[in-house]
Amino acid sequence: MLSPAPAKSTTIEKGSSLGRDAWLRLKKNHLAMASLWFTILIILVSFLLPLVPGIPDPNTTHPDLQSMPAFSSATSMDGKEVYYLLGSDPLGRDVFSRILYGGRVSLSVGFLATFVSLTIGVIYGAVSGYLGGRIDAVMMRIVDILYALPFMIIVIILSTYVAEMGDWKPVRFLNELFGNSLWLLFLCIGAVEWLTMARIVRGQVRSLKGQEFIDAARSLGLSQSRIIFRHLIPNTLGPVIVYTTLTVPAVMRLEAILSFLGLGVQPPDASWGSLIKEGADLMASDPGLLIYPAVVFGLTLFCLNFLGDGLRDALDPKSSKD
Amino acid sequence: METARFLLSRFAQSLLALFCIITLTFFLARLAPGGPFLDEKKIPEHLVEQMKRNYGFDKPLPVQYAMYLGRLVKGDLGPSFGNKGFTVYEVIAESFPVSAMLGACGLFLALALGIPIGVFAAARRNTIVDYALMSLVTLGICVPTFVVGPLLGEMFALKLGWFDVALWENSSAWILGSVTLGLYYSTYIARLTRGSMIEVLSQDFIRTAKAKGVPPLAILFKHAFRGGITPVVAFLGPAIAGLIGGSFVVESVFGLPGLGQHFIKAATNRDYWLINGTVTVFAVLILTMNFLVDVLQAWLDPRTRANR
Repeated sequence: MLSPAPAKSTTIEKGSSLGRDAWLRLKKNHLAMASLWFTILIILVSFLLPLVPGIPDPNTTHPDLQSMPAFSSATSMDGKEVYYLLGSDPLGRDVFSRILYGGRVSLSVGFLATFVSLTIGVIYGAVSGYLGGRIDAVMMRIVDILYALPFMIIVIILSTYVAEMGDWKPVRFLNELFGNSLWLLFLCIGAVEWLTMARIVRGQVRSLKGQEFIDAARSLGLSQSRIIFRHLIPNTLGPVIVYTTLTVPAVMRLEAILSFLGLGVQPPDASWGSLIKEGADLMASDPGLLIYPAVVFGLTLFCLNFLGDGLRDALDPKSSKD
Repeated sequence: METARFLLSRFAQSLLALFCIITLTFFLARLAPGGPFLDEKKIPEHLVEQMKRNYGFDKPLPVQYAMYLGRLVKGDLGPSFGNKGFTVYEVIAESFPVSAMLGACGLFLALALGIPIGVFAAARRNTIVDYALMSLVTLGICVPTFVVGPLLGEMFALKLGWFDVALWENSSAWILGSVTLGLYYSTYIARLTRGSMIEVLSQDFIRTAKAKGVPPLAILFKHAFRGGITPVVAFLGPAIAGLIGGSFVVESVFGLPGLGQHFIKAATNRDYWLINGTVTVFAVLILTMNFLVDVLQAWLDPRTRANR
């Protein structure tokens, strides 16, 4: 285990850690910081705002209040005053609240599927890079072959499983646990998205193993665990964090495409993709149904991409000189 | 000699990958719950049994797999359950040209738009032109095809009446489809081109050329372009896979009867042989493209050969 560093060394040289350096660099990048705050805001709003009592239920239909314009209020049949911030859809459902709930689904799929792919990719890549030799060659050849797989196609085939596996006992248990069968979707996406992560981690581990600073750390008498935790892992972490940030929007796009094609989220549940699909079908009569979810979705992807780019600049050791 | 050996090993690897894909889809499709005979109309049990026997679905899975491979080698893709009276071959032969046209035009547009934008932005690096172009490109990446498609359709087909919407027969909807696809992929290509051009332009041999007094345009196109274009060539392999995925969306938006539409219908209806047939076509396309990319890269950049 790590032994506490002697107090003397910290007073002599006030070292600046990699993470702190990166954070300082990131803070100078205003666009990336704005993206970071916006992403946090979107996450908080999607997950916390639906808990506020006044927010209408996204699946409650009002046959008498169809296609209401934005910023309008009306009295429904049962005498209740209903306010539509972004209007209602042809079934009288509140668009604002559907976007909130849809965001919850889209973001959860994005983060959880990324987490699945991160776990598989990091373990696979680290094992392959660490062992080296023939095992490494075989493991990477497998990745090469999987790369040639039309993975969108595999996800579509897998996602058709989702609809029909509800009777299988473990599936039913997990469905009840999560409230719906979405967990299968992010498992499917995560299972095909790990390849690049594995390549990145393997490359990092291999190049780091032979570098001078590891030799230097060893000759300074640092313990094995200190070398691994303070020198190896922080250095693989940079590209891993960057790639993770860029995987989230990619996964969210994939989920949106599946939902758009009718293979992802099943109605009446919504995700941003399925909302955009509903909006695209009704674009001529009510453009807001397409525009609101598309803008929110686009902005979120935009911010995640900028955040990823900003993190790359901040964590890339090459750029630390300028 | 070295090149030939490299390409031969790549070719063998492609064949192996094709075999893996065919095997994987066969088992993925066959192990899926449900089946092609679960119609809304209740078919009597004994008829279902007979149909299963007819198609050999009563035999154990490995036997079916062997039979499938045997037929595949002979070029027989089997019947399509979802398109009564058609074989898988006929379905593919009818819909493939639609998708191929869509994809080829989309790819051409993506390259024709993306490469010049990338080169131009790199040449004017860190100027207002560069920032404007790159902001536009990043914005383009975030507006998905399934938003751009309907918007283009609304604007050019419904409002302006320049194109027909939907329906393939004598229709111009595919033009909008390939524009949708092309715009989206041009953003990736522009970013890639800019990045690699900047990297090449900062190298020593470019400084030497500048010092010798080579005109800037000649430096850009004669010296830097060949090196700068390599990552774009490498991207063409994944781009084809992406175009196939993108064409699913575009075909659904514009109602084009392409391969993607058939594939999605086949996947949801468990039209086993059509699933396998379409995936085989997709896989052959992707693998051929990847192989061509390898050939091109070996020609553009001799270091690729030595590294393998």
